[in-house]
Amino acid sequence: MKGMTVVVKTIASWVKILIFLFGIYIIITGHRTPGGGFAGGVIIAGSYVLLMLAFGRQFAEENLPLPLASRLDCAGALLFALVAIVGLVFGGSFFVNFLYQQQLLPSKAFQLISAGTIPLSNIFIGIKVGASLFLVIFTLSVCCKDFKPATPAKEKEQN
Amino acid sequence: MFEFYTLLLFCIIAAFIAVETRNLLSAVICVGAIGFGGSLLFLFLRAPDIAITQIVVEVLGLVILIRATISRDITFISGDREFFGTVVSVVIIFVIFLAGIIVFKTIPPFGTPVFAQVPDSASQTYISTGLEKTGAANLVASVILDFRAYDTLGEATVLFTSIIGATVILRRRAKKKLEEPDA
Repeated sequence: MKGMTVVVKTIASWVKILIFLFGIYIIITGHRTPGGGFAGGVIIAGSYVLLMLAFGRQFAEENLPLPLASRLDCAGALLFALVAIVGLVFGGSFFVNFLYQQQLLPSKAFQLISAGTIPLSNIFIGIKVGASLFLVIFTLSVCCKDFKPATPAKEKEQN
Repeated sequence: MFEFYTLLLFCIIAAFIAVETRNLLSAVICVGAIGFGGSLLFLFLRAPDIAITQIVVEVLGLVILIRATISRDITFISGDREFFGTVVSVVIIFVIFLAGIIVFKTIPPFGTPVFAQVPDSASQTYISTGLEKTGAANLVASVILDFRAYDTLGEATVLFTSIIGATVILRRRAKKKLEEPDA
């Protein structure tokens, strides 16, 4: 899969930035407007899927290498659990919202920095969902497209 | 409620076409129509969070399905249905339909949630004290990440485990390393 035509590539190179930014917006304002970590993460994964469809699989893999994606996936899951454990240490029980309940941050409703640990959890879930959905789509497309495993290996040996 | 029932009818018709058609691409498009209709239904029910998630996941799944359909050689379903399977599925659907009639007689009418009438129920407590207890203006975020954060942790674990399984089963890198000493 070498990618699509010039028209698709040009439009995709502009639109991918907007989609990525919209995903980040959905994630970081998830505690005051509709949205949240899961939806924003899926939007971020969608921007990479657009890259993969328009420019080919190799370009997307150069942008976000698979080891980095799996590390981001694991880091997001670990950090989300870490938020819960820090709540256990400082607040007395698992998943307690210690930043809000102990007034460690200025918290006023509808502000960007408010609600204690909820935006943090949103960000970590967003990282996790984005990286993991990118991974699963990448693996699925590899499985569907390269059904002849013998020929690419031989080409690499010749090079 | 007129728009709601129109959309519901649209979704049901699309589901019938998706099951009955023999062209794989039209079946996938009908599945997409069901998904987008479902996200509009969530909007009419005033659940914008679920609507956003539904439409986003639907787009991503539709892209994968269409790509998998186009790359196939045979895009038509051929062959007749088996008589025994058809009879069994019709009987099962009829039994579920009868059970559904009995169940729907007992639940309250559409649009009147049961827990809204009980003053000390969980949902009423979340609505009345959610803002002062968590500080989040979006009550859905305060429920899924503060009151019910265990559920979200379990959900994240399910996603994590399924992705580990998919990448381990479908990857090809380990096979190459096994093949290298022979070549």
